[in-house]
Amino acid sequence: MSSRSVQNASGVTIDKLSLSFGQTQVLKDVTLEIRPGELFTFLGPSGSGKSTLLRAIAGFGPEPGGRILVGGADITHLPPWRRNVGMVFQSYALWPHMSVRKNVSFGLEEQKVPASEIHTRTEAALNLVGLLDLAERRPSQLSGGQQQRVALARTIVVEPRVLLLDEPLSNLDANLRVQMRREILELQRKLGLTTIFVTHDQEEANTISDRIAVLNDGVIQQVGTPLELYDRPINRFVANFLGTANLIDGELKKTGGKTVFTAPGGITVPVAGAGLEPGQRCTAMFRPQSLRLSARRLPARKDMAALEGKIDHREFLGNLVRYAVRTGDYLLLVDEIHQSGEATYNPGDNVVVSVNGANARIFRA
Amino acid sequence: MNFFVRGQWGPKTVGLFLALFLFVFLILPVGKVIYVAFQDPNTGALTLINFIDFFNTSLFRESFVNSFYVASMSVVLASAFALPLAYFTTRFNFGGAAIIQTLGIIPLIMPPFVGAVAMLLLFGENGSVNLLLGEWFDINIPFMEGLNGVILVESIHYFPFILINLSAALNNIDRAMEESAQNLGASGMRLFRRIVFPLAMPGYVAGASLVFLKVFDDLGTPLLLNINNMLAPQAYLRITSIGISDPMGYVISVILIAFSLLALWTSFLALRGKDYATVQKGGGGLMKRDLRPVEKVGCYAVIIFILLLVLAPHFGLAILSLGTVWSYAVLPDAFTLDHYSSALSTSTQFITNTLLYAGLAATIDVVLGTAIAYLVWRTKLIGRQWLDYAAMGAVAIPGVVIGIGYLRTFSEFNVPIIDKPLSSWWVIIVIAIAIRRLPYALRACVAALQQVSIMLEEAAENLGANKRRTVSRIVVPLMSGGLVAGFVISFATASVELSATIMLVSQESDSPLAFGIYEFMQSASGRGPGAALGIIAVLIVGFATYVSHRFIKYKETGYAPDMAAAAKTGARG
Repeated sequence: MSSRSVQNASGVTIDKLSLSFGQTQVLKDVTLEIRPGELFTFLGPSGSGKSTLLRAIAGFGPEPGGRILVGGADITHLPPWRRNVGMVFQSYALWPHMSVRKNVSFGLEEQKVPASEIHTRTEAALNLVGLLDLAERRPSQLSGGQQQRVALARTIVVEPRVLLLDEPLSNLDANLRVQMRREILELQRKLGLTTIFVTHDQEEANTISDRIAVLNDGVIQQVGTPLELYDRPINRFVANFLGTANLIDGELKKTGGKTVFTAPGGITVPVAGAGLEPGQRCTAMFRPQSLRLSARRLPARKDMAALEGKIDHREFLGNLVRYAVRTGDYLLLVDEIHQSGEATYNPGDNVVVSVNGANARIFRA
Repeated sequence: MNFFVRGQWGPKTVGLFLALFLFVFLILPVGKVIYVAFQDPNTGALTLINFIDFFNTSLFRESFVNSFYVASMSVVLASAFALPLAYFTTRFNFGGAAIIQTLGIIPLIMPPFVGAVAMLLLFGENGSVNLLLGEWFDINIPFMEGLNGVILVESIHYFPFILINLSAALNNIDRAMEESAQNLGASGMRLFRRIVFPLAMPGYVAGASLVFLKVFDDLGTPLLLNINNMLAPQAYLRITSIGISDPMGYVISVILIAFSLLALWTSFLALRGKDYATVQKGGGGLMKRDLRPVEKVGCYAVIIFILLLVLAPHFGLAILSLGTVWSYAVLPDAFTLDHYSSALSTSTQFITNTLLYAGLAATIDVVLGTAIAYLVWRTKLIGRQWLDYAAMGAVAIPGVVIGIGYLRTFSEFNVPIIDKPLSSWWVIIVIAIAIRRLPYALRACVAALQQVSIMLEEAAENLGANKRRTVSRIVVPLMSGGLVAGFVISFATASVELSATIMLVSQESDSPLAFGIYEFMQSASGRGPGAALGIIAVLIVGFATYVSHRFIKYKETGYAPDMAAAAKTGARG
């Protein structure tokens, strides 16, 4: 099964796709290139249009404007049953009146595959997800994780050109979710299937994806690997949606051939230009772990700014302690690694926050 | 309500009272009927001889076959009305949906026997339709000939049971079920046959078995159409003509109960464990599409045809109530209001009796229903489930059986002061009606109670309200919409109940409307006033049904805005 699927793996091109529910425009001019064999994630808050985009690829929902191509072929106007893109539904949508085996063999029967082949391929798919023993059960007799596997088996057995997963883990409890996402990833790697995964959970997206498209308000905000999105977000939304961010508004200046970011409160640090013109309003992002906390002012350095403040409150996160430090103009979040027995700062303590320009990410305000 | 909120003894006292009531007025009479059916009429010993006699008598065998045939064919014909309508409303976007919704209620506001005579005048051998057909095409179709008439009248009346259940089942199918099949390559008829139809099947079977049960047990329609060779009329005729000791009436009763149970069991099996109705996130109901112009014409043609048929008894009855002489003619010779004035002058007693009986019965039902619901769902009283089962069991007991059972059981019991048997006191009619309608009221009460989260009660108790205060200030106010709906459902159906009352009415001054209509319809000259009374009954039931819908609507508006908002935004992430 796997070798055939790898050959089948198709890229997906979404070209200027727009879509409305009545007066409400849900997708605005979405353009994306998904490579063959990659695990691609649509990440965004609820209402961002990520599920709508996935359903549009499967052929559900209102007729979109623009084009959708799978493996180079335009499928925009094909009905759902001619697309051969396999979708796993959020609710799994297992048919309650059929056994697990019947659910899995359904798609093959629809494709008029010979009976003997249906049998072997159904067995293989059930085996792949480890449910061969439960083939004669009804879906209602299975646990959530098992239902999830049936839904997966039912979809991959038809060897679709693309696998679409609509928040597949949202109905599982936390531990199972971690296990299932590993299983999905392993399965995807084994089959080499181009896979699109929809989630609102950034941790889920980061752990599973080759690349992520971050959506908000029906607009693609940024596309990149999890690392790129985390380290180099291009706007406030992406910076905030993937992890915690300190965002400081200021201005870029040129001094002595170097680009400097200045902001109220005495922040002047050299930064990489990020392609922005000097004099432009911009925002600098610092992740909490890239700020340093000390009890006293450290020896002055050219590439660092030091801000005096007071601990406002703190949160113990296990491996980290997250301090909120009130400086004159900002409430900065600073993460310190926690080691047992180590002294911590208390609310009200006077501290100094060191800001290193090298760790800043600058984008247009 | 004061009873069961005072410590531990409250629930027990109320539970005991309820158990006693159900035992005396349901279990005892029905048990008596079953017992007598297996008793040798001469020696009193237990025997199967009565059943052997029954099946050795050709009239009874014929009646048995006829009842079975009529009930089955009514299901078939009712399905033919209901299936297209259910499919149209759930699959297509079109204005006809509202008409179909109304269609689902209209037949239920008139008991089938009331319209039966009108149907005879419209569709009978010399009825309007056949006169026209004869004139135009020189044909005569035996719509109302013999059993056909019963089948036509019953299926027009009861098809809404299938329509409502099937539509609900179709509307509750998770759309993802259909989408996932499309995603795997299924479409069109295959998709319908393999996914949609099996998922809607339980709803259909539930509705169809209800129709079977209702038709199998119905007494009034065959009696009015003068069809006596069916089971329920036979039971009635044996008891009224030969007497209370004739065993055949009891044997027929046992057969009626057995088939009712069978139908209910079928419906239970169909629905058991098949809670396909769980609409998950992603929206319920099938995908709807717009109709092409040709399809639209076809849809409306079917709907209008069914609408005309369904309204035929109503039209017929209205014409009959307003016509002078209507015989061998498409329409009456002339129109008059005389029937109404004669009906009102001679029959106000019928109307006031009906309002009194139905009002009392509905009150009893709501009080009993609330008490049973509360005991079952909110207390740990031992055996509380049995109260529920016993009360619901009344669904399976045909009106004729209740009537026979009451006659047999309570004729020996003299009511003090008025000094006559309980079985011929008008109060027994009220109790019979109340017992028969209790299942419907109970379901309404349970539904109302289940909508009140137990947390709302706990919150009140946490803030210092005792059980009695909690029930009166939190539970009952929150249940009130459902209780009113339960009352009205009981009232509306009780006001036209015939099969039990027909056996229990001992003097004309005690008769309710349904019995009066039945009496009038017996003679040709009484048809006009009978129809006028029928129209009055329809107005009473129609008004009550309207009120109950208003209450149910009012309750639903609580979440309606959310649904509208969700529909607007497409409700997708």
